[in-house]
Amino acid sequence: MNLEGKRGIVLAAFVVMLSVGLYLFFRNTGSNSQKIPDLVDYNFHIRPILSDRCFKCHGPDAKQRKAELRLDIEERAYASLKKNPGGHALVPGKPHESEVYLRISSADTSVRMPPPSSNLSLTSFEVGLIKKWIEQGAKYQPHWSLIPPKEHAIPENGSDWAKNEIDHFILARMEDKGLKPNEEADKARMLKRLSLDLTGLPPSMKQQQAFLKDDSPDAYEKAVDALLTDPHYGEKMAIQWLDVARYADSHGYQDDGLRTMWPWRDWVIHAFNKNYPYDQFITWQLAGDLLPNPTKEMLLATGFNRNHKITQEGGVIDEEYRVEYVTDRTNTFGKAFLSLTFECARCHDHKYDPILQKDYYSLFAFFNQVAEKGYQGDIYTGTAADPPRMSITTADVEKILTFINKKDTAVVKVMIMRDSSVQRPTYVLKRGAYDVHEDRVTASTPRAILPFDTTQFAKNRFGLVKWLLDPKNPLTARVFVNRIWQEFFGRGIVKTAGDFGMQGELPSHPELLDWLAIDFRKNGWNIKRLVKQIVMSATYRQSAEVNDKKYGTDPENVYLSHAPRLRLSAELIRDLVLTSSGLMVNEIGGPSVKPYQPKGLWEASTSGRGILKSYIQDHDTKLYRRGMYTFIKRTVPPPVLLVFDASNRDQCEVRRLRTSTPLQSLVMMNDPLVLESSRVLAERLMLEKTSVDEKIHKAFQLIICREAESKELSILEAYFENEQRLYAKDQKSAGKLINVGEFKHEVIKDQGALAALEEVIMTIYNMDEAITKS
Amino acid sequence: MANEFFENRLNINRRHFMGKLSLGLGSVALGSLLIPDLFKGDDDSAPALGLAHFAPKARRIIYLFQNGAPSQLESFDYKPMLTKMAGQDLPASIRMGQRLTGMTASQKKFPLIGSHFKFKQYGKSGAWVSELFPNMANIVDDLCIIKSMHTEAINHDPALTFMQTGAQQGNRPSMGAWLSYGLGSENKNLPAFCVLLSRGRGNGQGVYSKLWTNGFLDSVHQGVQFSSGEDPVLYLNNPDGIDKAGRRRMLDQLAQLNNISYAEFGDPEIQTKIQQYEMAYRMQSSVPELTDMTKEPDHIIKMYGPECLVPGTYAANCLLARKLSEAGVRFVQLYHQGWDQHGNLVGEMPLQAQDADRASAALIMDLKQRGLLDETLVIWGGEFGRTNYCQGDLSKDNYGRDHHPRCYTVLMAGGGVKPGIVYGESDEFGYNIVKNPVHVNDFHATILHLMGLNHEKLIFKHLGRRYRLTDVAGKVVQGIMA
Repeated sequence: MNLEGKRGIVLAAFVVMLSVGLYLFFRNTGSNSQKIPDLVDYNFHIRPILSDRCFKCHGPDAKQRKAELRLDIEERAYASLKKNPGGHALVPGKPHESEVYLRISSADTSVRMPPPSSNLSLTSFEVGLIKKWIEQGAKYQPHWSLIPPKEHAIPENGSDWAKNEIDHFILARMEDKGLKPNEEADKARMLKRLSLDLTGLPPSMKQQQAFLKDDSPDAYEKAVDALLTDPHYGEKMAIQWLDVARYADSHGYQDDGLRTMWPWRDWVIHAFNKNYPYDQFITWQLAGDLLPNPTKEMLLATGFNRNHKITQEGGVIDEEYRVEYVTDRTNTFGKAFLSLTFECARCHDHKYDPILQKDYYSLFAFFNQVAEKGYQGDIYTGTAADPPRMSITTADVEKILTFINKKDTAVVKVMIMRDSSVQRPTYVLKRGAYDVHEDRVTASTPRAILPFDTTQFAKNRFGLVKWLLDPKNPLTARVFVNRIWQEFFGRGIVKTAGDFGMQGELPSHPELLDWLAIDFRKNGWNIKRLVKQIVMSATYRQSAEVNDKKYGTDPENVYLSHAPRLRLSAELIRDLVLTSSGLMVNEIGGPSVKPYQPKGLWEASTSGRGILKSYIQDHDTKLYRRGMYTFIKRTVPPPVLLVFDASNRDQCEVRRLRTSTPLQSLVMMNDPLVLESSRVLAERLMLEKTSVDEKIHKAFQLIICREAESKELSILEAYFENEQRLYAKDQKSAGKLINVGEFKHEVIKDQGALAALEEVIMTIYNMDEAITKS
Repeated sequence: MANEFFENRLNINRRHFMGKLSLGLGSVALGSLLIPDLFKGDDDSAPALGLAHFAPKARRIIYLFQNGAPSQLESFDYKPMLTKMAGQDLPASIRMGQRLTGMTASQKKFPLIGSHFKFKQYGKSGAWVSELFPNMANIVDDLCIIKSMHTEAINHDPALTFMQTGAQQGNRPSMGAWLSYGLGSENKNLPAFCVLLSRGRGNGQGVYSKLWTNGFLDSVHQGVQFSSGEDPVLYLNNPDGIDKAGRRRMLDQLAQLNNISYAEFGDPEIQTKIQQYEMAYRMQSSVPELTDMTKEPDHIIKMYGPECLVPGTYAANCLLARKLSEAGVRFVQLYHQGWDQHGNLVGEMPLQAQDADRASAALIMDLKQRGLLDETLVIWGGEFGRTNYCQGDLSKDNYGRDHHPRCYTVLMAGGGVKPGIVYGESDEFGYNIVKNPVHVNDFHATILHLMGLNHEKLIFKHLGRRYRLTDVAGKVVQGIMA
């Protein structure tokens, strides 16, 4: 729905007459001035309203249903009303005989729907839409995401702008809106964007120079291919998966003891680097233990389902937490692979989507067979890897699990999945309470997505994955390609990447989503291929500039008439700072590390028990590892990561918020990481036999990844001169400033110049463009 | 309405509206005039944001969370029957199948035990207070003592999470985040939601950052943790070698550089960022002024006790809470750890009470003498109660108490709450509630109500569902309204 159309005019009036009271005025007129489309579409216009405002009482949830009326199913909505025989909620073609229209348009609050007590209401525009829909026959359609993706013809555009299929779909929508694509981004910015997107690291000076020099027509593609085979590609791709999998280095409740799941994290990096097809990638994670003669690698992959929080709080009730873990796996499965809000059906039938409470526990049954306890022991008797678990020896690492960065000869134990030999019965739990059993259920999936055909699928997690990967499953491929798309454009084709249900947003480019999903599946679920498709598109390669017209027509850039400008995610900010200063230790995997952190954070909130009660900072190379290796203690996550919107890994997350706050400015100004990196880079540049201008120029290019423009340079040079002059008079302050960090100090005679250069570099790190891909 | 913590969000949400006008419009000036969140979210949730639903009784909250669950039976809920029946087993007719924690589930006997500490009646209200809380006893006529709180969780982590976020599990926004979202901050140089931690002297259970999380709300609503270390707010201080003037010079160059980018890309996010740097710069001055206790006069130091000069103590945090609240911080959340007396209650509880009693009472008196108590709601209490029977072996002069969710005591003062009353009642065993039960959801509904918010309307739609602090329940407790 496009409600934006006329609001601009209203807003113009707004500026003149601004006052709080005008708010209501705005809401009403804003809605009234909206034009109702000629053809009203159920999925795009009507269902969002019905779902949001009506289905709670007239939808799938039987217990909440009022007046025995369902509006989510065509036959039921057309049928004679139970409470008013002869009346009908909907009479196709006749709004004035349709109780729905009469009620939503009534001025009488005693009959109006939704009732005032619900705190919900319809705008007059929405009432108008429903009226027109009834006039046009009140036709229903199944929810878009539950219909398997369809083959769509690639739209034809006359333009030669398109570089691959993606662009034809994108351009068609752009043209609908009267928008034109941007020119290709300049080469330097293009390389920075590409490098950050594919490896999470900024391009080195050498890479920059080589790319700028290469005039061959396939220069860009060569750069893409090189980055796709870079081992840091796996790290970058893993970061989003660690959010999905709620990976962390501690158990997460109360005493929050240590856990060792990092070998599983190393596997994820490996899997992306090896380009395991998505079907294999998820089969091993969800059911590796159920494959015939599973290898240790397959077992390790199943750690996915053990990454949830585990309690070590003395005195908890075992079953309460065991059920909590199974619940977490069930919810994670729903969100990660199906993008449906299964958790809503834990206590009652889903109010919007066709997931009954019984369906929830039928899915729960798959994950309810693990040979585990809810309470394995407290902080002293519990372990870093509760059973079922697997030992990883040095021999394993030498022979099969070669991708694990194990530092010593000690055996590492990791949690894996293993079902108990005896089937554990599963019951519907009344209002989700662990100890109130209702009907017994068996393992199955919601019919509305795809019936669970037991002749085809085994009733275990392996069968569940096969169901997930069945070509008729409408969600699996769409959900994944949408999340990958989101990685590159900051926004999915379905913006609500975690909700493809009726309350989620509709896809901005439904045909493209279908095309990508089918293409992905048909090409062997090849992830690198999908990624390459995206970055090779002209859509991706546009510049990020915005003009008034584009901004006015499409302020959220839904139609992608320019590349998005996006702040880097939390981990990548650290990576950029370390890489550009030369401090980065580019080792892959291994136990998580504890870099600088403000003193006293863990100590202030600990129970005083367990080895994680105080933060023992690491030293040397461990101070300079990538952000994704920073130790995550769930109850006190790394503060800088949180400030930049990283997940606290409490539960499965498929989309991070992206905010801008003063606390972020404080981090960039004062975090020892930025200060030390500035100092080290300043020292290195001071040792080079170059002019000050050249030093500043080089620092700028290392951090911003393009050459500075002359006006930028002149600001920084003037700043340098002024600071150098002041520090010359105040050697003591200069000495303090350059004394930051544990990394080896170079002897530089002119400390004033060094300090001034350090400040210049700090300033460059604080530029918006430094931590933005544009 | 000026509130720069909200402006960023406003800018983001305003983006598509601003786009209709012109890119060059002075978004800063406009933003400060607008209601935060005006254009965000659903039509039905929008009115809640930045404006109260109705006239508030309280404008700010200071929540003195007593973490670990202090025993109601040794503090404010006097049960002489337990002393009389000391050593006898808890009658099954009272327990009524209440589930037990894993710590006492295997216990064969549940010997009742009364308070080791003496109780007396105080004030006009004649409320009973134990000798462990002499200062609170002195101001008992300012307190509203709710003896009928009950919760659903029986262990610390879920119970704390429930008290703070309205749900035992899941990453839901905490109460302070909801209030920040609903009402914003009164001070443009401070966050709306501040968190202070202090360690007690008794058995502690730790706190977790999820207790002050923004959950699915914007991270601007996250509780900002103040620490007792060198930086009262993380990364607040400039590095050695850069003074205030030096920082100013750097920010001036930075703004010039960022404006060059803005001219090139036209991305309003760049303007937002320039503003965030200015706000950070102002915080660098405003926060240290607030956390500096040395300027407090002697009589104030005396009220709170000498420990209030030691950063990180409960007393220091109470004083800091007053200063933050006085400066307009919407929600100050303290956590005073160490109240988990499973054993050695007789030894530990006096230490905890000693720390908590004087400073808590001082804070209430201090607010009162400044005329701020009327508009500040002070809340005092833990995550559940403690059992009326002894955990482990009952010795002659010591005992412990296990977790008890069915009945516990929470105090409120100021901010539209009736002073000098006792609300609700437990049975003579201090085990079940016999009058006016207050569920955690009711407690939240009431707090929001006092702040002028209808708990059923303060909602945020996330992944298709409208979430509330009170989930799907909660009734405002009218009986405690002034």
